[in-house]
Amino acid sequence: MNDSYLVENIMAKDIGSEPIRKGFGRGLLKAGALDENVVGVCADLTDSTQMNLFRDAYPDRFIEAGVAEQNLVTVGSGLAAMGKIPFVSSYAAFSPGRNWEQIRTTICLNQQPVKIIGSHAGISVGPDGATHQMLEDVALMRVLPNMIVLAPGDSLEAEKATLALAADKEHPAYMRLAREATPIISTPKTPFAIGRAYVYAEGKDITIVSSGTMTYQALVAAEKLFKDGIDLEVIHCPTIKPLDAATILKSAKKTGLVITAEEGQINCGLGGAVAELLGEELPVPMKRIGMRDHFGESGKPEELLDHFGLTSKHIMITAHHLMNEHKNGGS
Amino acid sequence: MTSKKFTIEELELKANEIRKDIIRMLEEAGSGHSAGPLGLADIFTALYFDILKYDPDKPNWSERDLLLLSNGHCVPVQYATMAHAGYFDRKELMTLRKFGSRLQGHPERNRLPGLETTSGPLGSGLSQAAGMALALRMNKEQFRWVYVIMGDGEQDEGNVWEAAMLAAKYKLNNIIAITDRNNIQIDGPTEVVMPLDDLKAKWEAFGWYVIDIDGNNIEAIIDACAMGRAIVEKPIMIIAHTVPGMGVDFMEYDFHWHGAPPNHEEAKKALHDLRTLHGKIRSEHE
Repeated sequence: MNDSYLVENIMAKDIGSEPIRKGFGRGLLKAGALDENVVGVCADLTDSTQMNLFRDAYPDRFIEAGVAEQNLVTVGSGLAAMGKIPFVSSYAAFSPGRNWEQIRTTICLNQQPVKIIGSHAGISVGPDGATHQMLEDVALMRVLPNMIVLAPGDSLEAEKATLALAADKEHPAYMRLAREATPIISTPKTPFAIGRAYVYAEGKDITIVSSGTMTYQALVAAEKLFKDGIDLEVIHCPTIKPLDAATILKSAKKTGLVITAEEGQINCGLGGAVAELLGEELPVPMKRIGMRDHFGESGKPEELLDHFGLTSKHIMITAHHLMNEHKNGGS
Repeated sequence: MTSKKFTIEELELKANEIRKDIIRMLEEAGSGHSAGPLGLADIFTALYFDILKYDPDKPNWSERDLLLLSNGHCVPVQYATMAHAGYFDRKELMTLRKFGSRLQGHPERNRLPGLETTSGPLGSGLSQAAGMALALRMNKEQFRWVYVIMGDGEQDEGNVWEAAMLAAKYKLNNIIAITDRNNIQIDGPTEVVMPLDDLKAKWEAFGWYVIDIDGNNIEAIIDACAMGRAIVEKPIMIIAHTVPGMGVDFMEYDFHWHGAPPNHEEAKKALHDLRTLHGKIRSEHE
C-alpha cells in the first residue's frame, strides 16, 4: 500500500507483541557496541527499564545512581559535558516527573545531549495505580526548548529510535516507553528518523495522528471503519517534538478532519501539539483522544484503557461523530 | 595556564583588585549579589592564579581542569577573575546583566567560553561534577581534577546529598568541592533559616574527606587543594569559612547584602574600604 513496510496483517489474532521497553534495551546494547562514548545511568530500575543488557555488557560504562532522580539526570549532564552520550533511565513518573528543573537548566539550557528514558509511561501501567501511571511526561518535556520528544509505537521502533538518539551528539531528548506488551506493527524495513511522521495507512475522510501504543489501535480502527464506509488516514507520529508539520498539514488539507490519539494527557501532549499546529496553520475540526485532565487508578491495563476511552473502539466512535457532524450532510 | 608563580602578597593584592571590579560591576548592573562574590575573591584568585590548569586562549583545551560554580549567583567573582586571567577584556565586565552581554546574570556555558556549565538554580553543581569525574575515570585521565564551588545555603537542597552519596560510592577522589561557608542566605543566617551544622560531620558521615580552612587565607586554600589532590579513595570537601562581604566594612557579615548591589554612594565607600585593605596587605608583607 505504501512504503512503511508494516506487518502484513494488523488484524491477525496472533500478531507478535512485546513491551516497547524491550526494544530500548536491545537498542542501547547495540549503541554501546557502536560507540564507546555511550554510557548508561539508572535509578534503581535497571531490569525493568531494560538497561540491564547494557549494564551486563559494559559494566565500566554503567552507573547505578540509586533512587535519586535529580542526581540521575544531572550526573548525565556532567557526563555529556565530557563528550559522553548518556542514557539515563527510570520510570517516567519519577524522571522526568521529579527532576524537571535539573533537566531544564543543566540539560536543555546547557545544551547537553542527555537522553532521558521514561519507562512505564501511560495508563497501561495498570495495577500500580495513578502514582505510577505517568500521563504528563510529554507535556513536561515538550515545553522545553532544545528538547526532542519521542513516543515509539512498538519495540522494533524503540530499538531504531534508541540507535538514532545515540547517534545524535547535539540534542537532549526524552523517550517514553510502555510497560505492557504492545503489538509489533512495524518490520525491520519500516523507516524511522527523528522528526518524521509516517503515513501508515492512506485514507481520504479523516486523518488520525497517533503516537506510542495508540498507533496499533488506530490501525485496527482504520480497518474496521473502512467497512463502515469511513476511510481513515493513519499518521504515526513517534516524534512529538519537533513535530513533522508538513506531513500532518498535507494530510489535514486532504481530509479536512483530524483526530489525535495518545496514551497520556491531551493537554500539551500530542493532541495539544497538533491542535496548536492546526490552529495556526490550517484550522479544521478535530477531536483529541487521550486522558482528559484527570488521573488514572488501579486496574488491569485493558480495563483502564477501555474505561478511559483509549481503544480502537473509541477511535471508531469518535470518527463516526466527526463524520456525522461535518461530512455526512452535517454542514 | 599560569606559568608565573605568584607570591602570596601578589595573590592577595590580585584578590583585592578583583573585589574592586566586583563592586564596579554590581554598581553598574544595578542588581546582583554582593556578599558572596566578595567573600569568594580569595578562593577564585587562588584557583585561577595558582591551582587550576587552563589556557585562556584555548578554553576547551583537552587537558584543562574543570571548575564548576554551583551557586551561580556568585558569578560576578568568576567573571572578574576570568577577566584578570586573560579570558576577555576587563572592560566587558561593565556589561554584566545587560541585554546582549555574554556575562549573564547567572552563568551560561553557551554564552561565554571558559564556563563549564550553566547554573543558578541551586544544588546541581556537585551532580555535574560527579558526572564529569566519572567520565574522566572512564577515559583514564588521571591528572585532571574537577573543582566545584558550592554555597552553604544551597546545601538545603536534597540534590546535593544525592550527589554526595554517589561521589562517595564511586570514590571520586578527582572531585575537590569547596563550600563557601559564609553562614548567610537570603532570608537570614543559615543556622536560623535551616541549620546546617555540624556540616563537617555531615560530609564525613557521607564518606568524604573534609578539610576545614579559613577561606580568606589564600595560602590555606592552595595548601588544602594540594592536600586534596593527594587523597585517594574519597572525594574531597574543603569547608572554607569566609567573611561575606569581605573587605567592605558595612557589608561584612550582614545577610542583607546577600542579594543586593551597592548604589553609587555605597560603591564609593566600598572602593575606599578596599583601597584601605590594599594598604593593609602591603604593610603586612613588608
